[in-house]
Amino acid sequence: MTTGPTAIDVRDLTKRFGDTVAVDRISFDVRSGEIFGFLGPNGAGKTTTVRMLTGVVRPDAGTVRVMGYDIVCDPVPAKQQMGVVPETANAYLDLTGRQNMLLAADLYGVPRTRAEGRIQEMLAELGLSDRQDHRVHGYSKGMRQRLILGMALLHEPPILFLDEPTSGLDVQSTRMIIAMLQRLNEAGTTIFLTTHNMDEANQLCHRVGIIRRGRIAAIDTPERLKKTIDRISVILVGFDRRVETEMLAALPGIDGVTGTDGRCRVSATDIDTAIWSIVSFARSQGARILSLDTPAPTLDEVFLSITAGEG
Amino acid sequence: MRSGEIAGQLRRSVVIAKKDIRIYYVKGPVVIFGLLIPFFLFLAFTVGNRFASLPFLVSGLLAMTLFFTATAVTPVIFPWEAQARTLERLAAAPITIPALVFGDVLASLVFGVGITLVPVGIAFALGVVVGHPAVLLAGILLGAVCFSSLGTLLSVPPANAPQNIMMLSSLIKFPLVFISGIFIPVESLPVWGRLIAVLSPLTYFTDIARYSVGEVNAFPIALDIIALAGFAFLFLLVAMTLHARTLPKRL
Repeated sequence: MTTGPTAIDVRDLTKRFGDTVAVDRISFDVRSGEIFGFLGPNGAGKTTTVRMLTGVVRPDAGTVRVMGYDIVCDPVPAKQQMGVVPETANAYLDLTGRQNMLLAADLYGVPRTRAEGRIQEMLAELGLSDRQDHRVHGYSKGMRQRLILGMALLHEPPILFLDEPTSGLDVQSTRMIIAMLQRLNEAGTTIFLTTHNMDEANQLCHRVGIIRRGRIAAIDTPERLKKTIDRISVILVGFDRRVETEMLAALPGIDGVTGTDGRCRVSATDIDTAIWSIVSFARSQGARILSLDTPAPTLDEVFLSITAGEG
Repeated sequence: MRSGEIAGQLRRSVVIAKKDIRIYYVKGPVVIFGLLIPFFLFLAFTVGNRFASLPFLVSGLLAMTLFFTATAVTPVIFPWEAQARTLERLAAAPITIPALVFGDVLASLVFGVGITLVPVGIAFALGVVVGHPAVLLAGILLGAVCFSSLGTLLSVPPANAPQNIMMLSSLIKFPLVFISGIFIPVESLPVWGRLIAVLSPLTYFTDIARYSVGEVNAFPIALDIIALAGFAFLFLLVAMTLHARTLPKRL
């Protein structure tokens, strides 16, 4: 990862809807060249935050600066710096894919001669060249989402906002979008991404922020976040034969055992004692250990631990 | 805002207008409320006024056509875009809400003027003498801006079903047609009718149309022009301000 100065600077951002505080004085920054994942359960305030960052919704308090431009005071230059793929957005179904692209180019002030070349490049990269003169009405969901991504990238923005970009898409479109995001980031684009997909966040993001009930609950790299949660360690062990799990469970350092046919999931209160117990148990039973793994916590577990109790 | 920024926003308004023209001119509500209803209303009016003069009928046709066509496109756009989920994309683009509203007004204006030229042609074909073509043209342009802005204003409530907005706009548009001197000249209305008529922008355009084809007009022509321009400015300003408030509620 190559990160530079601050691309997005958020300070005490707040949004209320009536008596409900949807986003409650959140502060964070995203550095240039970073892929920042913004995670949270439904209703935690993710989409409201993205809408404030992209200038769609006006905050009640706090500031957002995008590449140095205040989104409230200087919305036009701030929006010119970003490409946006909103969660619920659609392309114009009555226009063709190419016409939608041209519309985006005109709105972002891309000169027509430059736009024509960019559109052909983007359509080819997104696998839509063959369908460019067809009305979007006939596109699949994956094709529409790829088109929207293309529209967001036409003006080559330094920052890209994506709200649930792969939600409900087929594997082919998901892979294509993720690969494209990785290429864009390698070329220097800063990416702000909200997602429910922990694998995606783990695979793509340099840092993730977790929002819970409108407040930032954690911000760090996925690796560091995984280290923060305390849990009973898990040991996955494979024997060359069926073993008595009750006997294994009774040994020092072991809290419980599940599994059959020689493949066991061992919950350990003390991982060192538990591994010694497993080895001794194997010797005493005349069994060979075929595999032994101590998997680290996943980002899913981190997320569930931080957002425990949310619907 | 600097002049360069204003020019940039105006250019984006034209982009929005082109998009609207491509998409919304052929939408069902626009065709029904903008073309079919005024056509049948005029037929009924003509049959019911067999003894009215041709210039009187033509000026009424002009007023109805411009009013219905120019107010047909703009009420549809915001709710349609919200329902089709294309509005958030526009809200995130580097275009201000006033520029967005102005683009919609431009598209509606072109529709209104274009369709209104048809009855102007009919008038010529029927031998009606347009004695003041420059006044008529100015009236059509000002009226188109005014009625397009009124249409945009009618779409301010953040209802995302176009049919709800069309229903609301019909509730306002039809009474205006009856008190604006199209069917009954303003000077023939009772006092209360005349008091309401002066509050309707359509009254002033109807008066301009009457004057242009040599019929009796109720107000001085300069007053008609100023009133129409004043209504246009007011509607446009209020529509831009209120849409900025209600747009986030549509998302």
